Amino acid sequence: MSPLAIVGYYEEWWIQVIKAIVIFAVGLQLVPVVLLAERKLLGRMQARYGPNRVGPYGALQPLADIVKLLTKEQFRPSTAIGFLFALAPCISIVTAVAAFAIIPFGNVQNIFGTPVGLYGVDVSIGPLYLFAFGAVAFYGIMLGGWSSGSKYSFLGAMRGAAQLISYEVSQGLALLGVIFTAGTLSLTGIVEAQQGMWYIVPQFFGFLVFLVAGFAETNRAPFDLTEADAELVGGYNTEYGGGRFASYYFAEYLNVLVVSGIVTTVFLGGWLLPFGIHPPGWVDPFVVLFKMGLVTFLFIWVRATLPRLRYDQLMSFGWKILLPLATLNALVTAVLVVVTH
Amino acid sequence: MWNPGDDMIEVTRTPAPGAGRSTYRAFAETLRGLKTTFGRMLEKPVTIEYPEQKTPVYPRFRGRHKLHRFEDIPENGTQAGLEKCVGCSLCAAACPADCIRVVAAENTPEHRVSPGERYAAVYEINMSRCIFCGYCEVACPFDAITMGHDYEMSDYTRSDLIFTKEMLLAEPLERTPLRREGE
Repeated sequence: MSPLAIVGYYEEWWIQVIKAIVIFAVGLQLVPVVLLAERKLLGRMQARYGPNRVGPYGALQPLADIVKLLTKEQFRPSTAIGFLFALAPCISIVTAVAAFAIIPFGNVQNIFGTPVGLYGVDVSIGPLYLFAFGAVAFYGIMLGGWSSGSKYSFLGAMRGAAQLISYEVSQGLALLGVIFTAGTLSLTGIVEAQQGMWYIVPQFFGFLVFLVAGFAETNRAPFDLTEADAELVGGYNTEYGGGRFASYYFAEYLNVLVVSGIVTTVFLGGWLLPFGIHPPGWVDPFVVLFKMGLVTFLFIWVRATLPRLRYDQLMSFGWKILLPLATLNALVTAVLVVVTH
Repeated sequence: MWNPGDDMIEVTRTPAPGAGRSTYRAFAETLRGLKTTFGRMLEKPVTIEYPEQKTPVYPRFRGRHKLHRFEDIPENGTQAGLEKCVGCSLCAAACPADCIRVVAAENTPEHRVSPGERYAAVYEINMSRCIFCGYCEVACPFDAITMGHDYEMSDYTRSDLIFTKEMLLAEPLERTPLRREGE
């Protein structure tokens, strides 16, 4: 059987298993940190403290939230479609974790004499893999909203579907410029291609478009129309409670981390440091995590700043501004690449 | 056809700004907003962490009522320690929420509670009905009842919120911080 995709570097099966567990564990630990950081930072930006009751400085707040959610009743409205209602949060969380697998935290390192790539898997179709799972992730939202049997959930889900169509095109086109320049679809290859200059400089418009589309992709302010607390109660997750709601919540923050990771990898030079500093290999994951933290801070910062867009504004922004800009960026890059080579 | 009459107003729409100007405006305003939120982040929160920190109240704040006794001062030597309330029920008459109940009884030389002819044998204020308007304080001819500064009166049952004379005569357990001059 031929492999589904060519993979840059293969390890033994047992290394793959260990890597999968380690990456999932790291991702799992990062989510509560991001959650707490968001609530604290939002609080400070609104001149209040944020959670500060549970544990020192409120550090145990995410733990308290998770315990609260998991001990709650699994409520389901009588109009809901049972198995889809239970399946939808699973889809959300699986796609989020799967997308996390391709973020490279470093290149191949020698750990106890065994070469190990510091990433889940280095597929030769990196961005396509990301978009595939990003598209499937919307099924989690759409199915969840539709199978709830509630009009608020349904409206939220339909908005999610429309948003996906409007923004995924621009997101893909925004990455095209980088792929042209790097000449590879492998994410580690893209990082290695940024040795001289991070792509945020030559691909600044691509970066902006990708970032905006990333906000839309993760359903976060100012594009959180699928949730839209003010008008749709809670959007697609209105009818969810307990562990299923926790899954949606977890998936949302993991998606933020995934988009931060992709922005770091593609535009901010991954594990590369500026000014020609070459630290030993074990520093690489921390460099990536630091850069991811900066991008996540940007996410939170923007959430605290910008109000939610109206639905038609979202549509016209996606189709009339973002899409032409992304197309133009890809075209100009393509011409420049052809001319200079 | 319906005629709106003179109330109708003309709405004139200005032409939409050009693409360049509106793009610049959107960018500049977004950056200004980001700057604002970042600036707030560096400042200290304005939150008052309530159970630990309390907002000081103004001297005229109308909180829980207090009943008063005559102070132990020399010129009032004979009255020292007596209740000021003479059981006239003017406070109950003035109360718009009808939350004060006074039952008066005669003072006798052996059992003297107040300097007047009568005293309040029962004096109850139902705090779950009280609207803290302060009319009782205004109505009282002897300044026997005043509004205090205590506002933490939540309880688990309604019957616990009926304050008796003994509770109203006692000092509040915890003092509410009072706002100083210029604060």
